Amino acid sequence: MDIYLPIAEVSVDVFVLLGLGGAVGFLTGVFGVGGGFLITPLLIFIGVPPTVAVASSANQLVGASVSGVLVHWRRGNVDFKMGYVLLAGGLAGSVFGVWVFTLLKRLGQIELTISLCYVVLLGTLGALMMVESIYAQLRLHRPGVGRRKLHQHNWMHGLPLKARFRRSKLYISALLPIGLGFVVGVFSAILGIGGGFIMVPAMIYMLGMPTAVVPGTSLLQIIFVAANVTLLQAYTNRTVDAVLALVLLVGGVIGARIGSRFGTRLRGDQLRLLLALLVLAVAAKLAFDLTVRPSDPYSIAWEKT
Amino acid sequence: MSRSPAKMYPGSHRISARPSKLAERAYSRHFRFVALILFWAAPAHAEALVADLTDHLIAITTGFTGASVVLFGAIDGPGDVAVVVQGPDREMTVRRKSRIAGIWVNSQEVIFANVPSFYFVAASRPLEEIVSPATAAFYRLGVTNLEMKPGGMTPPQVVDEFVSALVRTQRHARLFSDSVSRVNFIGERLFRTTIEFPSNVPTGTYLVQVFLVRDKDVVGGQTTPLVVSKVGIDADVFGFAGRQPALYGAIAVLTAMVAGWLASLPFRSA
Repeated sequence: MDIYLPIAEVSVDVFVLLGLGGAVGFLTGVFGVGGGFLITPLLIFIGVPPTVAVASSANQLVGASVSGVLVHWRRGNVDFKMGYVLLAGGLAGSVFGVWVFTLLKRLGQIELTISLCYVVLLGTLGALMMVESIYAQLRLHRPGVGRRKLHQHNWMHGLPLKARFRRSKLYISALLPIGLGFVVGVFSAILGIGGGFIMVPAMIYMLGMPTAVVPGTSLLQIIFVAANVTLLQAYTNRTVDAVLALVLLVGGVIGARIGSRFGTRLRGDQLRLLLALLVLAVAAKLAFDLTVRPSDPYSIAWEKT
Repeated sequence: MSRSPAKMYPGSHRISARPSKLAERAYSRHFRFVALILFWAAPAHAEALVADLTDHLIAITTGFTGASVVLFGAIDGPGDVAVVVQGPDREMTVRRKSRIAGIWVNSQEVIFANVPSFYFVAASRPLEEIVSPATAAFYRLGVTNLEMKPGGMTPPQVVDEFVSALVRTQRHARLFSDSVSRVNFIGERLFRTTIEFPSNVPTGTYLVQVFLVRDKDVVGGQTTPLVVSKVGIDADVFGFAGRQPALYGAIAVLTAMVAGWLASLPFRSA
């Protein structure tokens, strides 16, 4: 059954969309990753214009992260103060990102930028995950590896504007989370991702936050950054397809439910390896598409309204 | 038969007759065309040609997969018929990719103002047999007669390359007709042709022009509008997103938030 997407202006099989949302939601349930980094490339593969794919998956992300935060909040795993500081950076970053997006769109380079950023990010992420999951499997057979220090002191601790984050048990410069939020906000606007996969490692290794509060806090600021991106994209580029976002959400909710039940039963390491392979495959496909000679080197762009 | 008062769609008008009505309805960008027809066709019969469409509205709904509209009509004497359907003009940017450091990058662009977003042409015989090149150029008969001039100073051979790329891409998207379609005559006077619109048809007001051709010249004609419009929920969403982008964005965000909240509620097992 085809559904006509009013902003993307293409007809797509509604079950393909539900399945896509469901598959990504399933991954969310199993691995706890946002999955935004997979939705945009997959939407591009099925024929949604990249600009619409980016803006609509930001829209979808708002819903997905609201439901995630609520779950973590009930368990008390959200550092609100840290979230707001990250958010301050994130909002500035997303405004800057949408400006860059608009500029690149006018120059005709936005689709290339989206693809290139995805190749780099997914390639790096996939490789890291693969290495990590292989290490984890090896570690299973070698117990008793010494615990790491809580965190090391370096130049970052010399920065001004120090603030105390009680829930995270940290006393660090507010510039760090603001800077981190900014970088992720830029990516969020250009790529339509929440940036959880950049944010989470950075919060753990760079800021030194306790692992338990990281996902909830990261999701909290993603809600607002994604909402901001959605608003700005809708206003400046008119590329938010709310129908597309909603169908993806419905699929995602169902997928996440099934995924979270599976996640408790299956072996994490092996699943992570599979996810790493999947992420690398998407990156490889995008990289291949960039280097292969296009069937027609010419393309047309025009305002549809 | 051709003299019988044909039922006309309220927006349509006969080019060779009723100048006062014409003047008030003339689309500004076709004024030149209208004025010329009047001038040339004055000695000819007042109602040399009548034509109409089976549909004056193409409604794009959720399940839209394209549409076809039949154009039919009659002429009151010998002659040939040519039909041109044009979608609203748009500014189009054509870009060319070239290989830079191993990847394909858009490296050159040419902007064309006023390119029809849809173009269809049909005739009862091959165009070059029924009209002179000058006439064909004047009435935009045939894809090669679409005036596509970029702004700025682009070398002519580059322009030609980009024009042919534009035409090729639009043909591929089935927005420019592949070749001159047939206008079929039923007997001596009645004619008909089918206009196909693909699912990605641009919205707006189209102009359907029907020309009566005798001795390599246009001697009469008629222009009828055809509206391509989104209807239903899709149209509402699209229209709203264009008119109230800020409010649309806010509603999109709120809807997603509510959906997310609903999703976080614990399941009650049945």
